[in-house]
Amino acid sequence: MSPASESASRSAPAVAGDAACDRPTPHGPLLRAVRWIERRLDGLCGEANNPMRQLGAIGFHLFWIVAATGGYLYVFYDTSVEGVWASVRDLSREQPWAGGWLRSLHRYASDALVVVLALHAVREWAYGRLRHFRAFSWVSGVPTIGLTLASGVIGYWLVWDELALFIGVATTEWFGALPGFGTGLIRNFITESAITDRLFSLLMFLHIGVPLALLGALWIHIQRLTRPRTVPSRAVGAWCLVSLLALGLALPAESGPAAQLDRVARSVGIDWFYLAVYPAMYASSPMTVWAVVLGATVLLFALPWIGRRARPQPALVDPANCNGCSRCFADCPYEAIAMAPHPKGRGQIAVVSEQACAACGVCVGACPSSTPFRRGEHLVTGIDLPETPLSALRERLDAALDASRRVGGPAPVVVFACRHGADLPPRDARVVGLSVVCAAQLPPSFVDYALRSGAGSVLISSCPPDDCEFRFGSRWQSDRLQGRREPRLRATETPGAWRVVYAAREDHDRLDAAIAASFASPAATPSAVPARARRLQGPHGPPP
Amino acid sequence: MTRSSLPKLAGQVVLYAAFAATIGHFSHAPAYQHLGQDQGLIRLSFKHAGQFKVECRQRSAEELAKLPAQLRVAADCPRERSPVRVRVELDGRTLVDESFPASGLHHDGPASGYRRIPVVAGEHRLKVAFNDSVRDPRFQHVREALVTMKPGQVVLIDFAPEHAGVLIQ
Repeated sequence: MSPASESASRSAPAVAGDAACDRPTPHGPLLRAVRWIERRLDGLCGEANNPMRQLGAIGFHLFWIVAATGGYLYVFYDTSVEGVWASVRDLSREQPWAGGWLRSLHRYASDALVVVLALHAVREWAYGRLRHFRAFSWVSGVPTIGLTLASGVIGYWLVWDELALFIGVATTEWFGALPGFGTGLIRNFITESAITDRLFSLLMFLHIGVPLALLGALWIHIQRLTRPRTVPSRAVGAWCLVSLLALGLALPAESGPAAQLDRVARSVGIDWFYLAVYPAMYASSPMTVWAVVLGATVLLFALPWIGRRARPQPALVDPANCNGCSRCFADCPYEAIAMAPHPKGRGQIAVVSEQACAACGVCVGACPSSTPFRRGEHLVTGIDLPETPLSALRERLDAALDASRRVGGPAPVVVFACRHGADLPPRDARVVGLSVVCAAQLPPSFVDYALRSGAGSVLISSCPPDDCEFRFGSRWQSDRLQGRREPRLRATETPGAWRVVYAAREDHDRLDAAIAASFASPAATPSAVPARARRLQGPHGPPP
Repeated sequence: MTRSSLPKLAGQVVLYAAFAATIGHFSHAPAYQHLGQDQGLIRLSFKHAGQFKVECRQRSAEELAKLPAQLRVAADCPRERSPVRVRVELDGRTLVDESFPASGLHHDGPASGYRRIPVVAGEHRLKVAFNDSVRDPRFQHVREALVTMKPGQVVLIDFAPEHAGVLIQ
């Protein structure tokens, strides 16, 4: 079977009418390429140390390396016209280790930051992680590109060698083409009278001020994330640092000849990560480059709203069933839930921000009232997803198990599968497949409920922890099932009755193997109990 | 460290070495050829306020009497300034012949201009002429010089009529 046809047959929902089974994330060739690279790197580095899975954190790591090394270099920087070039050159000559090596690290970490920023943006775009609740993070990330590039370009000016002069003139030529700036700007870099000590003081001020603005932009960028990851794993951080230090040893950053206003470098070895715009400008025209840069910026800002799909309805709080326990507040990956005084004056109530809500259902799985053992034909919880409510999940489970009981034969395996992970297998009478928005949408009590309703065993198919579409869903669910996080699973005393499989969207074989293993070791217990009676009995079974 | 983890470690060394090599390479190369090996550069750059377009006129006593007391100034000087016209010739060939308008909403500010002209190194006769008044069609400021340009040399043309007029340096 070809991969395409296999995917088509597997994507058929196991439960008829389960609209939630449609994978909501894009499948383009770019994403396939990104996934291909990520999974190879998973194999090489391990998921926890895969640099592709922590690009944002690496970006912060590089920023701090640049800031720390820049602080040292600043101590020796002379802002006078006579001393500026020599002070940077001497840094490399007179203290090759502390000065020269750190200068090289400063430069190469800055270059690496551009690469990491670009990879981060492309990866998030490939995953489609820029719309709806993620629009804030995407839009706030766009200015960080410009601020990073501006910081680097100003840094090159400070060296005041022939490359710096080339950049200074080219930049003013570029900006001079804009109405409002004018060609008079260029005179600051071509006339002797304009090159004063104050120029370098101003450039140094900008070289500190713009990165500070970048830090502020990065801070805003992560505001919609709970526990944002700003530090890479120890191994990745060390690899990045060591590789850049090695590069600094192998290829030390050095100054070119001192800038002379009556000379122009005919050939310059430019840093293409920061300075590619200048060759483009001389190959075309300043206004052409402006059109491309501004057009690309507008496009980046507008991307979240281009070809926009319908926004999933945010989680809804039911005041009558919310007891203000704040578990949803603690578990939400996107800072979308706040606690506020309950309108009826009994403690607190969860309040959902519609703009920030991902409709991932992690909060639903955290809610203590999200238990299928609750009486009533219609299950109402403290917090629920209007489009994929918990009551529908219980109804589908009940219907499937009742149908299985009528048919007879061995007890089925119930598979609760994250819709972002491996697709459920083709329809099999012995498997009851139910998809959830995120593995953590499933309250652990559903495992007890399924086992008491006649399931031979229960399998929870979750994305790998570092591949979770909703950041913490996989981890939180694992913690709940293993009793490390509320709400805890009661069925832990029934070994072999349930299991978790980490199956990414490509891991069909792993999911199939886990289902086969579930058949091999079904739960010892369950006597099939009809749905209504099960709810009356509750999670502890019939009264003695 | 187990025997099986060695290939993975080696793979990571290759991965991060490739990352560093990419950074190192594109941080310096390929070099950008800004000018031809035998070329120098002429830069025309000036910032100069042209003459007023219309000459100041003395108001008559009747005109002054009609004005409010706080506006009774003898000279009536419209603020709009002339554009600055520049012509640059190299060995008899015209490289630039343009008019640069005065800045400002009312065209009452200085005109500024910039042109970047790569030229082949060697000896050249350079002639630069400026006109800063529409009331006088001639080029009032002209300078001609024999310049010997080396490859990579920059010759700056500036205009400062209050000091030396046309500057070629």
